[in-house]
Amino acid sequence: MPLRKDIHKVMVLGSGPIVIGQAAEFDYAGTQACRALREEGLEVVLVNSNPATIMTDKAMADKVYIEPMTVEAVQQIIKKERPDSLLPNLGGQTGLNLAMELCESGFLDQMGVKLLGAKPDTIAKAEDRQMFKDTMEKIGEPCIASKVVHTVEDAVEFTREIGLPVIIRPAYTLGGTGGGIAYTWDELREIAATGIMYSRVDEILVEKCITGWKEIEYEVMRDAKGNAITICNMENVDPVGVHTGDSVVVAPSQTLCDKEYQMLRTSALNIITELGIEGGCNVQFALHPTSFEYAVIEVNPRVSRSSALASKATGYPIAKVTAKIAVGYGLDEIENAVTKKTKACFEPTIDYCVVKFPRWPFDKFVYADNTLGTQMKATGEVMAIDNSFEGALMKAVRGCEIKLDSMIVPRIRQQTDAEVKKGVARTDDQRLFHICEALRRGIMTIEEIHEVTTMDTFFLHKFQNIIDTEKALATADAVDAALYLRAKKMGFLDKTIEQLSGKDISAVKRLPVYKMVDTCAAEFEAETPYYYSTYDEESEVKPASGKKKVLVLGSGPIRIGQGIEFDYCSVHAVWALQKLGCETVIINNNPETVSTDFDTADRLYFEPLTPEDVTGVAAAEKPDFAIVQFGGQTAINLAAHIEKLGIPILGTPAWSIDAAEDREKFDVILEKCGIPRPAGHTVMTEEEAVKAADELGYPVLVRPSYVLGGQGMEIAYKEEDVREFMQVISRNKVENPVLVDKYMMGREIEVDAICDGDDILIPGIMEHFERAGVHSGDSISIYPSINIEQKHKDTIIRYTEALAKNLAVLGLVNIQFVLYNDQVYVIEVNPRSSRTVPYISKVTGVPMVDLATRCMFGEKLRDMGCGTGLHPESDHYAVKVPVFSFQKLRDLDTQLGPEMKSTGEVLGVSTSFREALLKGLTGAGFQMKKKGAVLISVRDSDKQEAIRIGERFESLGFDIYATSGTANVLNRHMVATNAIRNVDEPSPNIIDLIESGKIDYVIATSVKGRHPELGSVHIRRTAVERAIPCLTSIDTASALLRCLEGDVKIENCEMVDINKI
Amino acid sequence: MKKAYLLLADGTLFEGYSVGYEGQSIGEVVFNTGMAGYQEVLTDPSYYGQVVTMTYPLIGNYGINFEDYESRKSWVSGFIMREIAEHPSNWRCRLTLDEYLKEQKVVGLAGIDTRRLTRKLRGEGVMNGVIYTEGFEPDEQAVAAMKAYVVKDAVRAVTCEESRTYPAEGEQKYRIALYDYGVKYNIERELQKRGCEVVTIPALTPPEEVVGRFDGVMLSNGPGDPAENVEIIANLKKLLESNIPIFGICLGHQLLSLAIGAETCKLKYGHRGVNHPVKDLDADRTYITSQNHGYAVVGGSVDPAVARVRYVNLNDGTVEGVEHVGRPVFTVQYHPEVCPGPMDTSYLFDKFIKNIEKAKGGAQ
Repeated sequence: MPLRKDIHKVMVLGSGPIVIGQAAEFDYAGTQACRALREEGLEVVLVNSNPATIMTDKAMADKVYIEPMTVEAVQQIIKKERPDSLLPNLGGQTGLNLAMELCESGFLDQMGVKLLGAKPDTIAKAEDRQMFKDTMEKIGEPCIASKVVHTVEDAVEFTREIGLPVIIRPAYTLGGTGGGIAYTWDELREIAATGIMYSRVDEILVEKCITGWKEIEYEVMRDAKGNAITICNMENVDPVGVHTGDSVVVAPSQTLCDKEYQMLRTSALNIITELGIEGGCNVQFALHPTSFEYAVIEVNPRVSRSSALASKATGYPIAKVTAKIAVGYGLDEIENAVTKKTKACFEPTIDYCVVKFPRWPFDKFVYADNTLGTQMKATGEVMAIDNSFEGALMKAVRGCEIKLDSMIVPRIRQQTDAEVKKGVARTDDQRLFHICEALRRGIMTIEEIHEVTTMDTFFLHKFQNIIDTEKALATADAVDAALYLRAKKMGFLDKTIEQLSGKDISAVKRLPVYKMVDTCAAEFEAETPYYYSTYDEESEVKPASGKKKVLVLGSGPIRIGQGIEFDYCSVHAVWALQKLGCETVIINNNPETVSTDFDTADRLYFEPLTPEDVTGVAAAEKPDFAIVQFGGQTAINLAAHIEKLGIPILGTPAWSIDAAEDREKFDVILEKCGIPRPAGHTVMTEEEAVKAADELGYPVLVRPSYVLGGQGMEIAYKEEDVREFMQVISRNKVENPVLVDKYMMGREIEVDAICDGDDILIPGIMEHFERAGVHSGDSISIYPSINIEQKHKDTIIRYTEALAKNLAVLGLVNIQFVLYNDQVYVIEVNPRSSRTVPYISKVTGVPMVDLATRCMFGEKLRDMGCGTGLHPESDHYAVKVPVFSFQKLRDLDTQLGPEMKSTGEVLGVSTSFREALLKGLTGAGFQMKKKGAVLISVRDSDKQEAIRIGERFESLGFDIYATSGTANVLNRHMVATNAIRNVDEPSPNIIDLIESGKIDYVIATSVKGRHPELGSVHIRRTAVERAIPCLTSIDTASALLRCLEGDVKIENCEMVDINKI
Repeated sequence: MKKAYLLLADGTLFEGYSVGYEGQSIGEVVFNTGMAGYQEVLTDPSYYGQVVTMTYPLIGNYGINFEDYESRKSWVSGFIMREIAEHPSNWRCRLTLDEYLKEQKVVGLAGIDTRRLTRKLRGEGVMNGVIYTEGFEPDEQAVAAMKAYVVKDAVRAVTCEESRTYPAEGEQKYRIALYDYGVKYNIERELQKRGCEVVTIPALTPPEEVVGRFDGVMLSNGPGDPAENVEIIANLKKLLESNIPIFGICLGHQLLSLAIGAETCKLKYGHRGVNHPVKDLDADRTYITSQNHGYAVVGGSVDPAVARVRYVNLNDGTVEGVEHVGRPVFTVQYHPEVCPGPMDTSYLFDKFIKNIEKAKGGAQ
């Protein structure tokens, strides 16, 4: 069937902000879908609240709405745009849930909007636990013994029937939020209660625990004709029990024989056929390790994180094909874009091994609970391709940017045998490394490890191979060519080989060759140059085109502090370079991104971003230039190495990057420009740090240099704080110096600028709602600024210009200022792209990455038509609001500070500031309850300001509760407040109050500290776990009040098509 | 670890290490793109005379079990993979792949750049080669023999000597004669499952011994050049004169096509894998199929008055199946019995049974 005739204007729903469980993969999927739809000549209306995405780019859709992903907002947009159809299955769970709500309410019918790709009953059959079970029963597909319940009592009763342990899965949540495994009756009650609360429909599934079974996933596709195919299957190295997003995953499955493989494949196709899905779908199975018994765990009737992985693993563009199917095509009519010779109706076969490794945030969140279970905790992931499992695993580990080059973790090397064994038994982010250590020491056999972990011995033997190679290197008299090749095939870096063997390897060193990912194991010739490295004989790198070739370094896995925005920048750099007539080569290892799509750059290398891996690609491609400033800190860290390779860096030189980070060099430049900064010192030890802090006077800001996202950065109010932070920093083996600065609590201002060597262009000055001290990524940020006097703006422009020139910036620069006592200080300069580039580009209409790239090629800003100096301020306000994933990270203090904690962001856009703020907060998930109760517990320094906050809540009619200190101050200032007992006082106390469900907002800024046992942390965690908005800064509370006080509602806001700004 | 080699007819030499049996073996070098199913591949008689290269790099992961054989032994002339699993893991695993290759005297080669070999075969077509272990180097004579090698008398080499009877599962409804041109066990199993007593008969059994004594005839898969089987083709012509329902798979499909006057040709590098899309032109549906063939029926050579091409390969348009006009006879190039491969087209066995039912009904 060709394109449907009744489709002309399609609305595509994105997935909203990046949160744990829903990351960049949906930007990749949405971007592919938008392109596929526009290829068909369809008009596309896009809705996504996430401004850092590529899909919300002006060029991606005809109409782009960066608006809250709520029913009210989307209804408004539909009324305005009148699309004839809606594509719901590319925007993750958020998009799907939203589409379901719109559909169930009858609104879509009323508006004559057709739901494409997934029918409502299909979605319900897959998502509603009971309907799903009934459907599976109908077609004879086994499910796990389970029951849907709505109360804790029913959960307990059912568990009595099937026995402990059981798994609790809340309905309609993503990443398994609120779920878990209960081994005891107490745990059962606790998890069941949490699960019911998080479910959109107060519903949980109590399920027999099949922990230890093999977890196998199939990515399948189906078209309207009924053609159904498998794209890829995957096996979790961690068996059932660990969320697949937190598992090391290998594609294809390794331990399944054809009978098992086909049995599950047939089941997956039966399911997609019965559900009537048109497009991509993910089916998860549990397979009994010693029989043919299996059970269907879950079906996702949409594209997913796994489908992004499957797409990158095989080269098959699942999202694109899903979009084509949705508008009427059959699989047999769609071209296989990789071979251009065959059709999309076939099953990819691969001739390599793919390993996905999760990226967890526990390096930043040292106090968060790092055990793994049914609730996903990883913020991102990397993928690696090699022709052995060992090689792919080692590539993945070193590409994950967790300071590891191999399976050797220095901290674990120093543990006692007992600690190592304990580590093997504990299911957490370190388990794999503990297993390797146990094998290395020979303190556990493979059988014993299998007993404890239930990991398949196939994988354990693979780890053993790696360890054996380590040992062979360590004991070799010399590293000959054969040993070297063995180590390379196992994935060891040259430097690791040198370290382990202590031998010179210059005589045997060689570079890898590159093989192609072609969907068909070389059966057909492929057109797309998508490569991975191996230590083989034959290289398949295509000859150069003769154009100028530019290497673009990507930004690696999504982590807190380095998110999707850098992928946005990398992709735009590629597009800008292509327009300039260059041939582009991209290196990246994040399967969730647009940059690793096979048709983004002219050549794609799916490789880790380490010096040695980059060397290999550089040798194979011989690029004329490299660009590092768009790939976040990952790429910046490679700048010096690129220069060493003799590849000229386009744009800001490496020395400038160093000068911006090196305290002494930077001070020299500041002095030269006459720009003040908060006083500070560079220290190496704890004692030096304490001395520096005494000298500067508390509070001080402590942070390691050369990090992103304020990692390890803290405000110290007293000596103990300094000591605690220094210990955490040294535990993470930071070799760079630590900076101790005077902390100034003023207004924070941020600027992104483009410099061509002569002129600068500042698209906009952003102002932070929260005062300095809260990381810029966690602050509500406003453009254009509303509180900055012209004289300060002038100063900011002057400083920006001076800094850009003196740092020889060519391209982008991001500068953070603090306005304190009527004076502007510089806090930080980053001569690279930043988190705010995508949204400022979209709101101001200045294509920043494009301009920056052209500057690198010698074009001048004054010839580019966007002007120089400060760009005229937009008549639209854009308020960026951070989004956190606190619910998923147990024990993490939600107190905002200089270290970034948010995983994503949303934008609110409007000509009215209050509306923009409301849209931002709504998009970030605030429910905007206008009456109820608020609980206030603030530190002494905030008490005066808390009075005003209390007054404002009071006049809105809120009941006010506060801990004794805060209550005294409030009552004394005529704010009627109920005093309640603090955490350490006997029950009923503040915790009971929060748990009672009476409280609608919590404002808790009290005592700083990160340890989960601290009272203030306990208050904040309890609020988060009960899904009560918890504000940890007076300024954020004030922002919220501004919205509550107005009578603006989303229903009355104008929806803004950013293409029209 | 002993070294082992593959020398191709064009002089290209691949060096790896020895697995399985040590020795020297000549064959036609082909590649298979399936990611699992090596045990079934090894025991599929259609690979007679061929040195099989697996494109998936990790082979032997789940070992060898005693249930998944597709015939009584391995027929390949040699087996090539990138990496062999020394420590397989699967609950049914009874032998390692290495042990099985030794037992079956299959010369194995691992550790080579299998993708390079595959690309070569894709570019230049299937090629003869000699696979040998260190110490078994081919002399000039052996190299000449390798270059001159053709898979000959293949069906005679693999067919059974005497007929064997397999009882129906459950109630017996039909009796089927299964011509063994190199049959895979799963064809028998699929028919048994459907209430058929299956009598597997030698390839050269005269049609007179079949007609009137069975409800239907199944023509199996098998190795080699279909056109060399002159006697069988003549037999099939005779068989077609009766109105007995016939279902042919792979070589069976090619032989029956030759019997109605169509032609066959050798493909450049064949179809060997489990991911080939086949379109059913009548139903406008595409199925993923398991395939293993080096020859194909020439599209234009099928006389439309006798039969028509109903199934085609979506990738290269080659003939994948023929339906005879006015007769309960149909054949497919691919393997609905799978093992290895996707089970999407097992409905064809049901179709065969329906044809039999209809024929029986008509007779009564």
